[in-house]
Amino acid sequence: MEQVDKETSAREELTLSLGPQHPATHGVLKLVLELEGETVAKCTPHVGYLHRGVEKLGENRTYLSALPLTDRLDYVASMSYNVGYVVAVERLLGVEPPERAKFIRTMVSEMARISSHLLWLATHALDIGAMTVFLYAFREREWINDLFEMLCGARLTVSYPRIGGVRNDVSQEFLDSLWKFTEEFPGRLLEYETLIDQNRIWLKRTIGIGVVSAEDAANLGLTGPMIRGSGVPYDLRKFAPYDAYDQVEFDVPTGTNGDTYDRYRVRMEEFRQSNGIVRQCIEKLPPGPVMAPDAPKFTLPPKEKVMEDMEALIHHFVLVTKGPITAPEGETYSAIEAPKGELGFFFISDGSGTPYRMRIRTPSYVHALALPYLTEGSFVADVIAVIGTADLVLGEVDR
Amino acid sequence: MTGFLETMFSPGSADMILTIGTIVVKIAILIGIVLLHVAYAPYFERKVIGHMQVRMGPMRVGPHGLLQPIADGLKLFFKEDIIPAQADKSIFYISPVICLFTAMSTLAVIPIFGGFVIANINIGILFVLAMSSLGAYGIVMSGWSSNSKYAFLGGLRSSAQVISYEIAMGLSLVGVIIMSGSLNLTDIVAAQEAYPLKSFIIPQIIGFFVFCVAAMAETNRTPFDLPEAESELVAGYFTEYSGMRFALFFLAEYIGMLLMCAIAAICFLGGWNGPFEVPYIPFFWLLVKVYAFMFIYYWVRATVPRYRYDQLMSLGWKLMIPLALFNVVLTGTIKMLR
Repeated sequence: MEQVDKETSAREELTLSLGPQHPATHGVLKLVLELEGETVAKCTPHVGYLHRGVEKLGENRTYLSALPLTDRLDYVASMSYNVGYVVAVERLLGVEPPERAKFIRTMVSEMARISSHLLWLATHALDIGAMTVFLYAFREREWINDLFEMLCGARLTVSYPRIGGVRNDVSQEFLDSLWKFTEEFPGRLLEYETLIDQNRIWLKRTIGIGVVSAEDAANLGLTGPMIRGSGVPYDLRKFAPYDAYDQVEFDVPTGTNGDTYDRYRVRMEEFRQSNGIVRQCIEKLPPGPVMAPDAPKFTLPPKEKVMEDMEALIHHFVLVTKGPITAPEGETYSAIEAPKGELGFFFISDGSGTPYRMRIRTPSYVHALALPYLTEGSFVADVIAVIGTADLVLGEVDR
Repeated sequence: MTGFLETMFSPGSADMILTIGTIVVKIAILIGIVLLHVAYAPYFERKVIGHMQVRMGPMRVGPHGLLQPIADGLKLFFKEDIIPAQADKSIFYISPVICLFTAMSTLAVIPIFGGFVIANINIGILFVLAMSSLGAYGIVMSGWSSNSKYAFLGGLRSSAQVISYEIAMGLSLVGVIIMSGSLNLTDIVAAQEAYPLKSFIIPQIIGFFVFCVAAMAETNRTPFDLPEAESELVAGYFTEYSGMRFALFFLAEYIGMLLMCAIAAICFLGGWNGPFEVPYIPFFWLLVKVYAFMFIYYWVRATVPRYRYDQLMSLGWKLMIPLALFNVVLTGTIKMLR
């Protein structure tokens, strides 16, 4: 012990454990920083404090009953993670949801993106010291949570999408409230931008901080706004459209320098694009059922039918206890564009009602491991800014 | 001792006892006012920032949360006083006292209105600067003695920051000293009566600007709150403090803020002189000015992000100090030519 201390003092380095209980690490991320003065010489991320074994749990549950586990991956945008899961399972089972369900899913995914980005903006700004932005952003996030509550009864862990569609149809009242939100939201965005967009201190704290080139971003496996900030227009909604993304129009905003400010700008622009997508979904929402009609083997029958019809009751019972027994053997990987980046589900099916292996590729995990690249050589204060810009949610880092 | 006793019982001793008595009464009044103020300044801050941030601020304890400061005080008073096992105990005990002592003793030279000042010494401004420099010792020592890395970094940052901005602050006050020809705060107020608006705000606008920025840095307020940047250093130098010892730092910080506001009001805004006389309340205008300043402090806190350490230093050394020096030269030249 004394030997170590001597060596440390000879190098004049200070080892600082940032987290897991630290106000800026957004959960239980632990970074071990070796400091030379206030400069970071080495940064080692430690993950695993929130490990719950979601992937293993998925192997012991039916395809239907593993859905609520995905809520707990990224609990700030659980809707996107539900959608990612059901899209992957549908691909495995070969189910095609009806058009109306596709539009509803697109709409709620974009609401989740707005909600997630609001939380990112709030905490990122708070970490850099702009406290008011935090409360303004939470005001709008609260509104989105209220809308989710109106839609499905849950505010945070929604579990709203289902294999083959969504749980229930949207009401006209919900659509009206959502439309009102989309009308007011751009004005609220201007409010945040008034506070920080051109603020000298904000610019000083974000421009040139945590720079990552396009090539390095690709090599590090960064996705989502993290790679788009470096100028790579990689967006799965454009490259591999799922749900109704091929039927709505939107741009993929990109940055040029790949620094914290560019990523901030990219996300601010994504707010506007998401808002536009939600509006288009409301306008184009086709009539029809919200669950795949001719897939009784994969989807739960309507509740009224279960109460009256013997066959429906049996289906319901088998589906809940054994899962969709005819899941074909094989492997499938399916990815969607979650608010934080590429969210992939990889299934190996052995033909039973539960997956043989469920592997989840979460963006925050990859981004957490890119932190050493982004922070080494910068100041302690920049580490905080970089954690903010990486938009880490520890629920999905540790799974 | 005999000398003292002889003086006490000499023919003039009645006068002396009277003088001492007056001073004691003055001190009691001032401490009473200041403690009451310090109890309610955080309440004022929480309300102001709350309303700026579309929320209400404290509402639960008493009507509109008016008893919140008392509840907070009681809570801090009854909290367990935790001392880290590895702390340097004697220094750990003494450093909050140093902070509070320096802040409180500065109050002695602040004139509240004409003739009401505990110690009307002729080097008032120097005393203020000296005491606020001494306060930095409390911060450094608390950071060092806590034996915690966050507290240590907070203490280091604070010492560097206070030393850098002290220079800018001192230089910005030199302009005022040149114009009034005195270091005594009462004389400085008197000297301002001849100027427009009964204040130095127009001739000393550069000095005023530098002083405001330096005062924010000196009291560790946003955007210069690096020593206690909660997103980086948890709570900075007083991370390890709890209960009453924490409350002492808190008191010192708010008294420091009050002092900076009072000095800005006295040196640049004409002190207790206002557009008209308010009967029976001679300190009315000083109070208005101090509270206007406090409000600006809070407003800034609700608006701007935080500087980074090196950016703070470069702002201090490369912009504030040259600006203050320029102001000194300018003021001096004009004074010479007149």
